[in-house]
Amino acid sequence: MFAAENGLKGDPRLQAISRAIRVVPDFPKPGIMFQDITTLLLDHKAFKDTVDIFVDRYRDMDISVVAGVEARGFMFGPAIALAIGAKFVPLRKPRKLPGEVISESYVLEYGTDCLEMHVGAVEPGERVIVIDDLVATGGTLSAAIKLLERVGAEVVECACVIGLPEVKDCCRIKGRPLYILVEPRLSDECC
Amino acid sequence: MSAYKDKDPRIHGIKTKIRVVPNFPKPGIMFQDITTLLLDPQAFRDTIDLFVERYKGKNISVVAGIEARGFIFGPPIALAIGAKFVPLRKPKKLPGEVISEEYVLEYGRDCLQMHVGAVEPGDRALVVDDLIATGGTLCAAMNLLERVGAQVVECACVIELPDLKGRERLHGKPLYVLVESH
Repeated sequence: MFAAENGLKGDPRLQAISRAIRVVPDFPKPGIMFQDITTLLLDHKAFKDTVDIFVDRYRDMDISVVAGVEARGFMFGPAIALAIGAKFVPLRKPRKLPGEVISESYVLEYGTDCLEMHVGAVEPGERVIVIDDLVATGGTLSAAIKLLERVGAEVVECACVIGLPEVKDCCRIKGRPLYILVEPRLSDECC
Repeated sequence: MSAYKDKDPRIHGIKTKIRVVPNFPKPGIMFQDITTLLLDPQAFRDTIDLFVERYKGKNISVVAGIEARGFIFGPPIALAIGAKFVPLRKPKKLPGEVISEEYVLEYGRDCLQMHVGAVEPGDRALVVDDLIATGGTLCAAMNLLERVGAQVVECACVIELPDLKGRERLHGKPLYVLVESH
């Protein structure tokens, strides 16, 4: 579900957040209009508003874990975790986390990838939100949800700054709710 | 010029939360794992607060974080002190125009990239990472920032491995760390 349809209709912060995101054509390959959040991170007020919107939503929901997907989920997740008093758990590409991990593979357009989480970081019964900068097909978020559910946690919601059209009409990933701040823009030529 | 606040009562709590994992990523290396620090909300909060207390009001306009663990500490610091956050990334991750800085590893080379236009001449910058070892990565990060005319005010890390003398590779720039590990 989009924030604008869920209590934040007309909120001027959402417009500023959307405008702060840069569109880069043909990256990483021709035909893709890449939604670049690094320009959002250069706009202190818009970045702060992004974090504040998520914090306001989750602070009273008894969330004990914020799980962030490498690497752009690391840019948003920790600030949210700190503000709501939750643990931050990084979900990483293979062989980055030292010590014992559990792994979940997922399908890419060509080939497969894998997400890992530390054994013991999340305990059964913990209430978790998963954060990433953008959701496209939902493949990565699905893998994240599976990791967390395998250790007995409850994924309360997945939260992303941007949601691509593929998920617009489907507000759940593997049955878990999805919360998105803005849609992608088509280009930088008009705001 | 550097400090690690061994007198601040929060430091002990932070140090005990860092997990040491032997023989990662290869035999003989005692890996300093900060993920266990992130599992303790109070200790993580204290970590960020110590940096924020040092840098707030010092006119820092940029916090540059080194991929990927610098992305965990850098943004909360940037948000608290009113600075931009700029990610310094491995090759081919940043879209659009970038500048690159190569650096030497124990075996081979690696490369750090920054977006053109993210940092402007005269910006006062911090470089943040979880740990400084030999200083090679931090040095590359500082070079990127200085090449675009920014002033690197200080490098800030949670952990220093002093025996690797990384502090000496920072072109005389100050380094501030919270804990040392020998």
